[in-house]
Amino acid sequence: MSGLDFLTTRLETALGWGRKYSLFHYPFITACCGMEYMSAACAHFDIDRFGAGLTRFSPRQADLLLVVGTVTHKLAPVLKTVYDQMLEPKWVIAFGACAVSGGIYQNYAVVQGIDRVIPVDVYIPGCPPRPETVLDGLMKLQDKIQHQKQDWRWAGKA
Amino acid sequence: MGRESLIDEIRTKLGDAVEGVSDSFGDPVLTVRPSSLRSLMTALRDAPFDYAVLLDLTCVDFAAGEGRFELVYHLYSLSRNVRLRLKASLSASDPVAETLTGLWKNADWLEREVFDMFGVRFTGHPDLRRLLTYEGFEGHPLRKSYPWRLAQPRIPMKDKV
Repeated sequence: MSGLDFLTTRLETALGWGRKYSLFHYPFITACCGMEYMSAACAHFDIDRFGAGLTRFSPRQADLLLVVGTVTHKLAPVLKTVYDQMLEPKWVIAFGACAVSGGIYQNYAVVQGIDRVIPVDVYIPGCPPRPETVLDGLMKLQDKIQHQKQDWRWAGKA
Repeated sequence: MGRESLIDEIRTKLGDAVEGVSDSFGDPVLTVRPSSLRSLMTALRDAPFDYAVLLDLTCVDFAAGEGRFELVYHLYSLSRNVRLRLKASLSASDPVAETLTGLWKNADWLEREVFDMFGVRFTGHPDLRRLLTYEGFEGHPLRKSYPWRLAQPRIPMKDKV
């Protein structure tokens, strides 16, 4: 073997690098934003280029929760359960105006932003957001993961 | 059966139940007495009128007055390709109507929705539970008297800063 036989890094940096490029996401899709999620996930915009292409349909196998669409008070306990079922470390993206703030709905039915129920890492605005905005949000999350404490017991996470 | 002869036929056969006839975008609208809703609907469903489909049932809250709530039924005849709308005013203090679940199966959930949203009771309904909101929800959210934006969370909500 010639050339590079070894490299030096910090454990935190290596873990962050590994984690940000291997996001398994669980799509929690309730509304029209789902269409935008589909175009972001499929070949045209392709979140697989960012290492987030592996969709899991069980929260137990996922580490990124994508909340895509309107969450009602009737649904809120379900969202909380899904979040609780995910293993640490885990991240949450609020996708679209409804998930961010309730969007155009301020009434008896709609939760005024999912951060009233679960913690959120990245907010993607728009009604619906364009796929470029989604990719930008994903890269912001990757940046956040890279610079997070990578304690594998996830101590100190609020 | 033409448009005019249809109205005439309804008037002749079911005149007692019909309070008024009007027109909405080319379709006839009947204002009827709520007490005779069921017998009227039974007659309209079968020949010669043949309105076999209950397209929709909803309610309007006019906020005040004795006829505060108004039930609105939409019927459709497959054989004649015509629609018919019926309206029935209900009292503000005790909005109650007879169920149509025996005539159309889909009346079951339509009536549950109207009960859930407006608090209209349907006598004889086999299972008059809330349809869209959840157990423990108080009041009827589409009534004009329901407090604006009042939410009833099922789990604790964090307040926004």
